[in-house]
Amino acid sequence: MPEIILTDKNFENEVIKSAIPVLVDFWAPWCGPCQIQGPIIDELAKEAATAKIGKLNVDENQATASKFGVMSIPTLMIFKNGSVFEQMVGVQQKNALKKKMEEAAK
Amino acid sequence: MPEATKTINIIIIGSGPAGYTAGIYAGRAQLKPLLFTGEEPGGQLSWTTEVENYPGFPDGVQGPELMNKFRDQAEKFGAEIVDAKVEKVDFSARPFKIWSSGKEYQSRAVIIVTGASANWLGLENEKRLKGRGVSSCATCDGFFFRGKDVVVVGGGDVALEDAITLAKVAKSVKIIHRRDCLRASEFMQKRARENEKISFVWNSEVIDVLGDQKVAGVRVKNNQTSEETEIKCDGVFVAIGHHPNTEMFKGQIDLEDRFGYIVLHGGSRTSVEGVFAAGDVADFKYRQAVTAAGMGCMAALDAEKWLESQN
Repeated sequence: MPEIILTDKNFENEVIKSAIPVLVDFWAPWCGPCQIQGPIIDELAKEAATAKIGKLNVDENQATASKFGVMSIPTLMIFKNGSVFEQMVGVQQKNALKKKMEEAAK
Repeated sequence: MPEATKTINIIIIGSGPAGYTAGIYAGRAQLKPLLFTGEEPGGQLSWTTEVENYPGFPDGVQGPELMNKFRDQAEKFGAEIVDAKVEKVDFSARPFKIWSSGKEYQSRAVIIVTGASANWLGLENEKRLKGRGVSSCATCDGFFFRGKDVVVVGGGDVALEDAITLAKVAKSVKIIHRRDCLRASEFMQKRARENEKISFVWNSEVIDVLGDQKVAGVRVKNNQTSEETEIKCDGVFVAIGHHPNTEMFKGQIDLEDRFGYIVLHGGSRTSVEGVFAAGDVADFKYRQAVTAAGMGCMAALDAEKWLESQN
């Protein structure tokens, strides 16, 4: 499904209360590696029809980023049943993310 | 993507300024090069923000933007670009064999432009606290340290650049360096010294990163007096140089003993005929975007000439 633009406002409903695992890409426009991660996330969202994937701009949504202790970007987190199932720092490849999402869906 | 069995003229492994420039030249020479970008398309420049010293851009240019332009130019002239990593090479026989995403490719010539990657201190707690205050990308993560105290480890241009970037947001920046003088250029040194927020800790090595859930400080050892002290800080930015990405080529081509850079002979030739190298993977002296681009051009011209001589 298409990726969701996450914000401080919709994070609770879209991610914490989600019935299925959600992959969240914490990013910012000034971050070089985030520009590499972005298209990988876009592609993953296109390919993985059933997975829920979202992006959170840390600059515009500092409350959520700080709540989950994000201090480096890109950071990718998979949320399952309202809590952090997996946290990855730095650029992640599509296949690695796919695998982690499959594990989370089990 | 081309058929795995077809023999390609030139495979370019890597996608920094050297790789894309080789792609532009080999493309214009009608050699239909195949370029594997690796895991970080654009290479080290994709991690920077403003590039101020690339000729032709008097107002500066963003690193990722510059690399996108390089890429577009290579594609325009017929380079085929694959966003994947090369996993294995076999240079023992011709055509050379290259594996990526589980597929085998055969190529008459190869240009290695895999660049260099940032070094880490190699401490257990450094690894544990990565993304929790330990970082190697000041431009990415400086934002999270507004009004905080940070340290930068290193003494080269990158360390000073990081310190200056961080000083824009942080409360204080301490540069911890193992020597009593800097390796960085005079220009950068002047900029750092003039910055009120930046101070220096000389002759000191970081021996541990402290903190439970996030960074709380570093333990440093003075290498003259052996005295150990703790410096309180919220962020640790590591900028202690680079290592060439040559792991995959060990045992295939000659690498120099100390750091493993590719040894070049007369221009861009490696120890294996038909295999060429360019950029930071073979250059520990200059390591600039513009020198890498120049070397990439040399490698493509050398490869073109060599291919002609084989016909």
